[in-house]
Amino acid sequence: MITCLSGNEAVAYAIKQINPDVMGAFPITPSTEITEYVATYVCNGEINTEFVPVESEHSSMSVCIAAQAAGARAVCATSACGLALMYELLYVASSSRLPITLACVNRALSGPININNDHSDSMGARDAGWIQIYAENNQEAYDNFIMAMPIGESPEVRLPVMTCMDGFITSHSVENIELLDDELVKNFVGEFTPEHYLLKKENPLSVGPYDLSAYYMEHKVQEAEAMKAAKARILTVAREFEKISGRKYDLIEEYRMDDAELAVILIGSSAGTAKAAVDMLREKGIKAGAIKIRVFRPFPGEELAKALANTKAVAVMDKSEGFSANGGPLFAETRSALYDLKDRPYLINLVYGLGGRDVKTGDFEMIFERLAGIIKSGETGPVYSHMGHRSKEAIL
Amino acid sequence: MSKMIRAKDINEQTAWQDLTPGGEIYEPGTARLFNTGTWRTDTPIFHEKECKHCMLCIPFCPDSAIPVKDGKRLEFEYMHCKGCGICMEVCPFPAITMVSGGEPK
Repeated sequence: MITCLSGNEAVAYAIKQINPDVMGAFPITPSTEITEYVATYVCNGEINTEFVPVESEHSSMSVCIAAQAAGARAVCATSACGLALMYELLYVASSSRLPITLACVNRALSGPININNDHSDSMGARDAGWIQIYAENNQEAYDNFIMAMPIGESPEVRLPVMTCMDGFITSHSVENIELLDDELVKNFVGEFTPEHYLLKKENPLSVGPYDLSAYYMEHKVQEAEAMKAAKARILTVAREFEKISGRKYDLIEEYRMDDAELAVILIGSSAGTAKAAVDMLREKGIKAGAIKIRVFRPFPGEELAKALANTKAVAVMDKSEGFSANGGPLFAETRSALYDLKDRPYLINLVYGLGGRDVKTGDFEMIFERLAGIIKSGETGPVYSHMGHRSKEAIL
Repeated sequence: MSKMIRAKDINEQTAWQDLTPGGEIYEPGTARLFNTGTWRTDTPIFHEKECKHCMLCIPFCPDSAIPVKDGKRLEFEYMHCKGCGICMEVCPFPAITMVSGGEPK
């Protein structure tokens, strides 16, 4: 069925089709609508999800942890400060190996207080042991949510999944979207059938016991191995999803990268703008390309290295600061991924779009211009800088 | 279904591949297998003659250091006792006293 939905509506609709057992519910802009729509579905009797309204995000994630441990399938939606308030519980969920699904609608994390989009919220949780899948548009937000459970619940993975979309830009913009039939989604997602769960009376279960130093490291190795295993599982699920939807997904999306000499790497909705800019530059005969990171955790390091092996200059674009004084998180990981390449491209980092600052095709043209200049001069110039802000000094 | 890993089969030599995911425990009462009484600085002493077996100390013990058999409390199980002294506080009789140090003497 082809219709028009906002990103929030799309995710809520996916939740409706999945009919999860439990939702831990607490509102926060711009993810609030997801929770509201689900509440409506519940009140209308369209789904029988146990909707648990609580007093904070610390509690909404706690509800999900308890429910998932009990053997139920739990979902949650949040943004920014809400995700920050869940921080401790994010680690409890992943280390207890509970495959909860969380829709993160990306918003700048305070402060100063701001409700618009950037990735500082989910990037702050990047080391929490959650799989992170980012959407470029509403269709991907819908598709990613449907793929989340078959990925996270798989026995070799057993990790929670955060499906992310850009606040307002994606969550509140109405776009055309192709929805799958209810039955198709139900069959694809299937039932949650954990081997062990709290309500299984045949064998009592303890979840999250105190872990002494003689065991903790082994459990962290297990978690790390699960995250490694998630890569293959994400690709398997993507192939299965393609069969029912006709839409093809990978860990990264390479756009006109076959012969690209100049490239940008980025995450989320700005990828659409980058692709438009690439098309414009290609018309002028400039060998430009773009790579969109769809899956940030597990990080597609080998895939990135392969995709960038023949490029000459690359701009890594971070939509979160990170304050490392050495570049944003995507830059740090990308640069690390390229270390083993024999011929590495010039690499620069641009922090952009913070707190909803717009990025346009013209901005990308300037970035590609700078990359062309780097190749010509053989000088990288400032490796780590910001763009799109007001400055008395020249930017880019 | 994968093989159920039992607590008794896990120890500090077990490789990560043979541990349960996230340290889950698939059976009840496994604290009995876990000796935590080695870092006591005070130690309770049980005076059997003074004990009326009122059973008050048992539910107050935060661990499983006071075994019960046939309606009677037995000698302390010191491998689970941390020497907190709660049992002495709640005992209505002079049946439990505390001594300094980790040894029951």
